[in-house]
Amino acid sequence: MISYDSVEELVLYAVKSGKNISDIVLEDQALQLEKSPEELFNAMQQNLLVMKEAAARGITSTKKSPSGLSGGAAYKMKQASDQGKSLSGKVLSEVLAKALAIAEVNACMGRIVAAPTAGSCGIIPAVLLTLQEEKNIPLTKVVMSLFTASGIGMVIAKKASISGAAGGCQAECGSAAAMAAAAAVELGGGTPQMAAHACAIAIKNVLGLVCDPVAGLVEAPCIKRNASGAANALVSAELALAGIESIIPVDEVIAAMKSVGDAMPCSLKETAEGGLAATPTGIMIRQNQCNH
Amino acid sequence: MDVFDIIGPVMVGPSSSHTAGAARIGKIVRGLLGEEPVDVVIGLSGSFARTYKGHGTDKAIIAGLMGMSPDDERISQSMELADKAGMKYHFETVTLRDAHPNTALITAVGRTGKKVTVQGASVGGGNILINKVNEIDVEFAGEYYTLVISHKDTPGAVAEVTNLLAANDINIANMKVYRSCRGCNAIMVIETDQQVSKEQGELIGHLPKINNVTLIEPI
Repeated sequence: MISYDSVEELVLYAVKSGKNISDIVLEDQALQLEKSPEELFNAMQQNLLVMKEAAARGITSTKKSPSGLSGGAAYKMKQASDQGKSLSGKVLSEVLAKALAIAEVNACMGRIVAAPTAGSCGIIPAVLLTLQEEKNIPLTKVVMSLFTASGIGMVIAKKASISGAAGGCQAECGSAAAMAAAAAVELGGGTPQMAAHACAIAIKNVLGLVCDPVAGLVEAPCIKRNASGAANALVSAELALAGIESIIPVDEVIAAMKSVGDAMPCSLKETAEGGLAATPTGIMIRQNQCNH
Repeated sequence: MDVFDIIGPVMVGPSSSHTAGAARIGKIVRGLLGEEPVDVVIGLSGSFARTYKGHGTDKAIIAGLMGMSPDDERISQSMELADKAGMKYHFETVTLRDAHPNTALITAVGRTGKKVTVQGASVGGGNILINKVNEIDVEFAGEYYTLVISHKDTPGAVAEVTNLLAANDINIANMKVYRSCRGCNAIMVIETDQQVSKEQGELIGHLPKINNVTLIEPI
């Protein structure tokens, strides 16, 4: 059985058996949960369908969140993408639209899949669903890549954290980007080692990112950080697929994220007392919410 | 921890602690009441009190009280649904000493006049902890089939229940006994691996040293 104590362990198991990380995670989880691999695959496919529904819904909606702070960003991004106005091309603009869409559905009390958390729920589906559409990847492979993402996520949760309250935004949007990057590498035909490098690069890119939600709401800056997190996943996957390696090994990067998170003051870990939440505008929004 | 703790759960946003956990607390209160609530007072403390509107914590608790799960899309309309169903509710801010920042203190009255007061906290990632039932300190998370049994603080009360469970091949995963004072009312909370049927629950309720039994399914 896999201990999920290191990403290196996942890579070793995969390389030794000549399989993808997703295959060995699925096999292991079937053993540990005493269920058949088919049952687990189907349950994961259900999660992917919920993600897909949320993306489709958010992209067409201009509805405001109950706080009135957010809503309609995904719609604007999708319009720009459809009109060919994107500077960087279709894949990125579609990824951004979906990440915003799912994060906005979350803010509007719609149904989402925590991946790994509700606050970071747009990143993994945005990357994987867009690659499925734009690169014609079969659904089965996309479902499997979620096992790669969750294998990586389990290591991060065990050795560092996936909670903003414990580790800042690096632990939420950073972890989601790392998980998405590893899954994207697998969909792009990369090796398990490349997936590990992508994971390391994604975390390094946002090491130290604080969790400073304005008025304590999962909206500003969370929704846009889902967009940048998804872009970070793509950047990291591209670099790794090109054969570029992380100089610091992935498990040391994860350990660094843990120590940075521990050193972060409480005011920057989801308490809404620092960072953007403590700006004059942030404070004003908070006061308006209290009188709301 | 397994893969579905990482990719999952499916839930209604925006916050696992302030929305999903809040719905779970409401659902546990309904389970403990054992019937449809008609009049509810919900006290919110700490972070729950400060940010409940923006997170839909109020809607989620009402939804849970109406029996909805954290992934039920009707959560956002729960207050209208409660009004239609004739459930009265009132929110207030409370200060609770030594309580987790996300704590709710809920008193619910059911259709037959039955009343229960529950203090529960949302402790992160949608997980909850029930801290008090009718003024008695308890501790359970609602992840197992849970029996909440009110009984007399007298020798043999626990044995009566555990013997009956053993005879029905039901394994106890966790168990704790709590009392307000020696010889007073006591509560035992038993979490089991197998489901305890309604009939088995009634049998336990009729045991000599037992006052009443509530069966709660995993939430």
